[in-house]
Amino acid sequence: MRGPERFLRRFGAGVAAAALGLSFVGADEARRTERRSGFDDMSRETQAMQRDDTANPGMLWVQEGEALWNRKEGTAARACAECHGDAAASMRGVAARHPAFDPATEQPIGLEGRINRCRQVHQGADAFAWESQDLLAVTVFVAHQSRGMPVAAEDPRLAPFRENGRRLFGERLGQLDLSCAQCHDDNAGKRLAGSVVPQGHPTGYPLYRLEWQGLGSLQRRLRNCMAGVRSEPHAYGSAALVELELFLMSRAGGMALEAPAVRP
Amino acid sequence: MALALLLGASATPPGAVAEAGLRPYVVEGDAIPAPLTGTPGDAGRGRAVVADRQRGLCLLCHAGPLPEERFQGTLAPDLAGAGARWSEGQLRLRLVDGRRLNPDTIMPSYYRVDGLTRVGPGWRGKPVLTAEEIEDVVAFLATLRD
Ligand code: HEC
Ligand code: HEC
Ligand code: HEC
Repeated sequence: MRGPERFLRRFGAGVAAAALGLSFVGADEARRTERRSGFDDMSRETQAMQRDDTANPGMLWVQEGEALWNRKEGTAARACAECHGDAAASMRGVAARHPAFDPATEQPIGLEGRINRCRQVHQGADAFAWESQDLLAVTVFVAHQSRGMPVAAEDPRLAPFRENGRRLFGERLGQLDLSCAQCHDDNAGKRLAGSVVPQGHPTGYPLYRLEWQGLGSLQRRLRNCMAGVRSEPHAYGSAALVELELFLMSRAGGMALEAPAVRP
Repeated sequence: MALALLLGASATPPGAVAEAGLRPYVVEGDAIPAPLTGTPGDAGRGRAVVADRQRGLCLLCHAGPLPEERFQGTLAPDLAGAGARWSEGQLRLRLVDGRRLNPDTIMPSYYRVDGLTRVGPGWRGKPVLTAEEIEDVVAFLATLRD
């Protein structure tokens, strides 16, 4: 932690910054010092489940993903491994910088979209369906290679898309007319009925959710929150969801990836 | 104080509101003095709406004197004593469209269908609660005197 941040935290971050006239530390910066993963708000038992690979159900999907990584697929009859080799080396850090800039379309592409592109273009296979067990397995296998690495999805070419994600995060939605920011920025740490409202960081995905009794993508989580405020969720793979992911990743910049995380 | 300022600065004068399919109502100051329905609300039914996490949703955010209900929220003030703090008319406006008093509140406007974005198909054009349910909830809140 850098000097001024530690100093500010001792005094209560934003308020102190304003009071002391430390204008070089913006509100975003002050908030960053207090960021918490959803992991930090979980019970000890659920934390232990995530930490222990033999107890973490998400690891079953990682194993399945590894098998898929080595399997020849499509008209090209090629395995991911034939082009990318050892995932521990070639995929290390890849999830930490997705959604990434896609030169072909000059738009952001998420990890799932990237993997499906390889299936179609490089393997001559059909894209895996969104939220299918196969897509979740390969995605979590790739994401697992970045476990513990800091989120670093800051490609400047994506700035306009990131800004749109920020706008969507602040937009009130649905019959209940609530924005993501009203819960995850303004009310994080308080209780919505039984659940602590987390800060809403994307660091654990794909993750095993006890409520789902299965693995799910970040987009599934975002669509859940959208349905929760009684709005019509954006479609899987839509520009809006990728832009929201992009914004969430930059908001979580520097936090450690956890995939496969566990959540209640 | 903040409330008075807000009301004083309001560009829309108190007046009649009529939205598609909703009963018209009149806002006076920070209240809707007249009931939305001809028949008085029923506090027992109102209590059930408040406790119901699919209908009233109140306990997602509020705590309240409903001891049998576990997992109450901490996002909003305790509803205990609401009937002593506010008149029925004030409670009615806080339910119908609290955004008129505090545009940034997270409390949904329970009897409003306009000005919303991407409402899910099942909810489109419908207020969160019906006029009858609003009156039932007002009647229940009015009983919370301490
Ligand atoms: C025929 C070779 C080939 C196969 C097979 C292949 N890929 Fe790729 N992959 C590439 C190339 C080449 C790129 C660089 C971008 C491009 O040109 O598409 C790439 C890029 C990627 C990236 C982005 C890497 C980064 O650094 O941003 C990921 C993730 C990825 N592939 C995953 C997979 C997975 C998972 C599979 C199997 C389902 C797979 N690939 C199969 C050739 C291949
Ligand atoms: C009414 C409050 C509320 C709103 C509005 C809301 N969320 Fe959430 N969100 C939650 C709660 C509560 C959880 C924790 C899940 C649970 O325990 O049910 C959550 C979980 C999340 C998570 C997962 C965090 C983790 O640690 O895995 C993300 C990411 C997220 N929300 C993003 C969003 C986005 C983006 C929006 C806007 C489209 C949004 N949320 C709207 C309450 C909300
Ligand atoms: C999404 C969260 C949320 C929900 C759901 C919600 N409220 Fe509120 N409510 C609030 C907040 C926050 C306030 C504080 C005032 C403000 O924000 O303007 C409030 C204020 C109130 C007040 C005035 C507070 C006081 O001093 O007594 C009453 C009465 C009230 N709510 C009743 C209800 C009832 C009844 C329901 C269910 C029909 C409900 N609320 C649902 C968040 C909520």
